Amino acid sequence: MAEKVLMKGNEVIAEAAIRAGCKHYFGYPITPQTEIAHYMAKKLPEIGGVFVQAESEIAAINMVYGAAAAGIRVITSSSSPGISLKQEGLSYIAGAELPCVVVNIVRCGPGLGGILPAQCDYFQAVKGGGHGDYRMVVFSPSSVQELYELTVEAFNVADRYRITSMIMGDGMLGQMMEAVEFKDEENIETVEKDWALTGTRMKREHNIITSVNVNPYELEKINEGLQAKYKKIVENEQRVEIYNCKDADVIIVAHGTVARIIKNVIETLKHEGIRVGLIRPITLWPFPTEIFEKYASVPKMFLTVELSAGQMVEDVRLALNGKKPVYFYGRMGGMIPTQKEIMDKIKSILRGDRDG
Amino acid sequence: MAKVVFKKPHALAGGPMHYCPGCTHGIIHRLIAEVLDELDIEGSTIGISPVGCAYNNYLYFNCDMIQAAHGRAPAVATGIKRSRPDNIVFTYQGDGDLAAIGTSEIVHAATRSENITIVFVNNAIYGMTSGQMAPTTLLNQVTTTSPYGRTTKLHGYPVKVSEMLSTLDGASYIERVSTHDVKNIFKTKKAIKKAFMVQMEKKGFSLVEILSSCPTNWGISPQEALKWIEEKMTLVFPIRIFKGFDLEVGK
Repeated sequence: MAEKVLMKGNEVIAEAAIRAGCKHYFGYPITPQTEIAHYMAKKLPEIGGVFVQAESEIAAINMVYGAAAAGIRVITSSSSPGISLKQEGLSYIAGAELPCVVVNIVRCGPGLGGILPAQCDYFQAVKGGGHGDYRMVVFSPSSVQELYELTVEAFNVADRYRITSMIMGDGMLGQMMEAVEFKDEENIETVEKDWALTGTRMKREHNIITSVNVNPYELEKINEGLQAKYKKIVENEQRVEIYNCKDADVIIVAHGTVARIIKNVIETLKHEGIRVGLIRPITLWPFPTEIFEKYASVPKMFLTVELSAGQMVEDVRLALNGKKPVYFYGRMGGMIPTQKEIMDKIKSILRGDRDG
Repeated sequence: MAKVVFKKPHALAGGPMHYCPGCTHGIIHRLIAEVLDELDIEGSTIGISPVGCAYNNYLYFNCDMIQAAHGRAPAVATGIKRSRPDNIVFTYQGDGDLAAIGTSEIVHAATRSENITIVFVNNAIYGMTSGQMAPTTLLNQVTTTSPYGRTTKLHGYPVKVSEMLSTLDGASYIERVSTHDVKNIFKTKKAIKKAFMVQMEKKGFSLVEILSSCPTNWGISPQEALKWIEEKMTLVFPIRIFKGFDLEVGK
């Protein structure tokens, strides 16, 4: 029997990681994600795992780098300013091709900003916040149930491609309590990690984990290898939810918590005879461009709604490549749009108001 | 039949090293490899390369190796050791790496008494990036970023890492040694061996600070460089045990 419980989003991430076979957590306190650390600090010692409160996010991500190199499943979590500090390590992890899971419960920035929900780290997550040509797989769950399922999946994807999987949520998702149904058995993909640091036991050549190569001919080849891997991920790992898009006059593109509001908007507007659909990217990278090719011809226009000044909207425009007008509505600073605001925006763009 | 009196340690990979003539990094590498051989731990050891002149010394050891970001080796070592507590884990770090950008990581690894070994090479200068002032640069020492000599007014004082870390309860074994002559090189080997033995006996954080030469960036000959270690560096960085155990190290 699957177990259904009421749990806080952040705790579900931690529980999901443990269920995915992760027994190592390294992190540094920051609101609004600290429940992940609390849960891990309590649970991991009970199952023979390791919880280390690092001296900084920089140290935490480098502990993750070491643990991932040792060939085990490992996770760290933080929030925006802390994720900025982790960028150096994330770049090294990408260069050394190590698998790990990083959680960003995004807060509103820039700077110390505030702790309320935001999606303003989209660029940092999907365009590469650290240095160099690299990518991370970025998941944006929109419910506590999905936090659970995608966290488990994030570990599989990380191992499959030797890449960082990022779970990107916000304080609303992390702090809310919602029903979650845990499976009896998790789908844990096992891959052989013959590259891992285990000690040679004098039985094999030494393994070297590194991201440095001062030979331009070799380094270009390494980079081409990375890009080939990313291409494969783009082909195989696009995830998206389509809601009510058939015959829609307007298709809204929204991810994470915003998509929840949009679903209510869609239901309300149905009664007014306005047909609105939702494309909800579940992977922000790879961005689900394929689905836009499929739905570009359906609505009169697209509207992207974000808790930002407009970041994902750039990828929506790239995916549509000028085929349909793309409008934007966003709130910042921890403000969350009401259904009415969004409905007014939809009506306004349908009327053809000058500034939409 | 010829008797072998000197050979390459098994833990040391073959091939030329990239270090400058007169630099003592190569000697220190050899000493580490000899210790891995003598303690029979090459097969369980995982080493961490720094950023700096020794950035690619993963090529020079036959044990498993990983390259870390500048200063972060103690954090990487923590991640590895906590994942594989039965492996032997060591970092190899210079003074810029450990005593400037990586100060936080080394202090807290010591604070937690991570059961790892740190080989800390102090040559009072940034070598790789061409002779900038290091946290360990001596007063009045001329570098490319202290061209008029290091002054207390502009640059403050040299950092004494062993003294500082030995104030921490978590630090189990800390010794400063030098490479300026044969006698001290032997003492250096003994200290490295002891540091690894502390780890093998699960006694916590061990660090060996090794005074090392950089004739290229000091702008003097290799012979003068060794003399400079003895006459200048050891006055600021005295050679001694700061924290220790009574372990029988042997020869």
